[in-house]
Amino acid sequence: MSILVDSNTKLVVSGITGREGTFHSLRNRDYGTQVVGGVTPGKGGQDVEGIPVFNTFHEAVDETGANTAMIFVPPRFAADSILEAEDAGISLIIAITEGIPAHDELRAFSVIKKNGRARLIGPNCPGILSPGKANVGIIPAAFFREGNVGVVSRSGTLTYQIGNVIAQQGFGNSTIVGIGGDPVPGSDFIDIIGMFEQDPETELIVMCGEIGGDAEERAAEFIAENVTKPVVAYIAGFTAPPGKTMGHAGAIVSGSRGTAKAKAEALESKGVRVGRTPTEVAEVAASLLAAAA
Amino acid sequence: MDLLEYQGKQVFARHDVPVPSGRHAQTVDEAAAAADDIGYPCVIKAQVQIGGRGKAGGIKVARDHGEAREAAEAILGMDIRGLTVHELWVEAASEIAAEYYASVVFDRSAKAPLVMLSTKGGMDIEEVAESDPDAIARLHVDPLLGFQEFHGRRLAFEAAVDADVVRPVGAMLARLYDVFVAEEATLVEVNPLIITPAREVRALDAKVTLDDNALFRHPDNAELRDPSREDPQERMAKERDLTYVKLDGNIGILGNGAGLVMSTLDVVAQAGGSPANFLDAGGGSKADAITSAVEVILSNPNVKAVLFNIFGGITRCDEVARGLIEAFAQINPTVPFVVRLDGTNDVEGRQLLAEANLPNVYTESTMDGAAEKVVELAAAVPA
Repeated sequence: MSILVDSNTKLVVSGITGREGTFHSLRNRDYGTQVVGGVTPGKGGQDVEGIPVFNTFHEAVDETGANTAMIFVPPRFAADSILEAEDAGISLIIAITEGIPAHDELRAFSVIKKNGRARLIGPNCPGILSPGKANVGIIPAAFFREGNVGVVSRSGTLTYQIGNVIAQQGFGNSTIVGIGGDPVPGSDFIDIIGMFEQDPETELIVMCGEIGGDAEERAAEFIAENVTKPVVAYIAGFTAPPGKTMGHAGAIVSGSRGTAKAKAEALESKGVRVGRTPTEVAEVAASLLAAAA
Repeated sequence: MDLLEYQGKQVFARHDVPVPSGRHAQTVDEAAAAADDIGYPCVIKAQVQIGGRGKAGGIKVARDHGEAREAAEAILGMDIRGLTVHELWVEAASEIAAEYYASVVFDRSAKAPLVMLSTKGGMDIEEVAESDPDAIARLHVDPLLGFQEFHGRRLAFEAAVDADVVRPVGAMLARLYDVFVAEEATLVEVNPLIITPAREVRALDAKVTLDDNALFRHPDNAELRDPSREDPQERMAKERDLTYVKLDGNIGILGNGAGLVMSTLDVVAQAGGSPANFLDAGGGSKADAITSAVEVILSNPNVKAVLFNIFGGITRCDEVARGLIEAFAQINPTVPFVVRLDGTNDVEGRQLLAEANLPNVYTESTMDGAAEKVVELAAAVPA
């Protein structure tokens, strides 16, 4: 088992004919993901190395039975593409695009929430990898192998760093989910941690948070109430000054809110182990797994 | 992008939010002429993007020409919490019967706009929220529905504004919500929102933050950015499409991916060092982006040593190594570099660096080891 993406995933890629879209769609297919189609308005009928391209999401879904969408179009078109995928009945929408206007993001999120039939991951995220089953997005799969650690993260490269150290300790991953660095992510830590709790393959959960917002604090409450599996956390941004956006639109300390210290304390107060460095997180995770084995 | 008060008021005026009439000035003469035009008494206000201007002496009332000159002279060039005042806003003094607070913000937890209203205006709203949270009426608005008249009434009654201004205060909130949506702001705040003795509602201040990602749809707003107000290194980085934040330490940092760079700053700080900057070279960085990034980092004279922390995913470590070699050929840096390459094509990248045999470049295989090394090197450089 794993969560969100697996061998039943049938992926359609919006923006498949762009340079990055083509590159990553083919990498995802090479990994074994069923990439059943792409959407680029005006390029319907063409193909990208055998992957059929459609003009609309509706056509793509009708023709291929796609159940998952990956959004790779530029920021100004991305919210529209998310809404089109939702309207076409896609149940899982993974938005890689960075830099989507906040009000567009808010509107797309509100529609998805109101209709209640699709889950949005991202935007501004690296995607989802279930090792050995499917890779949807830009996560470099070579560093990860099958296993029982579920990872959920607001950051891409930081996840690779932690995942790599865990792999070096001899452990693998059930699924790695990048929820993205934007202020209004489609899915939060609690959504994903709840799924890992239900997933029989996942035995330990690693969450990588960062400054800004209160998603980590809410996750701490959720874990205390609902999660029986061990959770190890990392928070980036202890040295970030207030009022400065640290790369991710969502990574900003406003006044005294959203600091790394407050997040780490909230998690520790609920019994979650918080590693001080990425290496320490991986070591703590590995020692807990070794003790359970 | 944070707007200055006067820019915010100009945006307000486009949406029929009543503001006192005023003029922008950059010299004492301009300020005095503006004051003469507007008439006395008037208020001379420092234009800097920081709160607490009044307490710092950056807002002064002038009753005649002489006082206007005196006030402008005192405020121009003043330092307010680290920011130097270069611009003034001169506006007609308002008579105040009551001071309220109103704002529309992006509430990340609720994932909806949050409208707030309080009769405790004119003071730090974070303090009010601490000491008397019930004094602030709050309401989330469904972005698909928009702000309705009933929202305004609910907030006004809940905040217990004076009965005769329930309607105009509600209408004011609707206009502020219009500003929030139409200008694609992430914050619209008015403190104080005043009630005049004639029972008119007016915005006496304006704090507006616009979404940088939406500026392409608002060319007028994009022009409000004044690059001369920005830090020179941050401006240089922006021109090169790099995400850079200047900090006050002496260790230059480059990494790929916002989370990894933040984490690198933390690990360096834990090793006893002090980062000089945050620099995210981004995903898929090519050699020329790395060369530009080195230039930006070294343009900060405080930098005594530099740490490269790369975990290659889409970014290829051999490209990073080529960029660094090119940077050394072009700039010939005098400070030591510590380079940690891991991930995609890391072996090739380390091989390239070994062959180039760059002076003063140390390679480390782990993030923690690299942080310790760069802290040691920075400490060894005489100040």
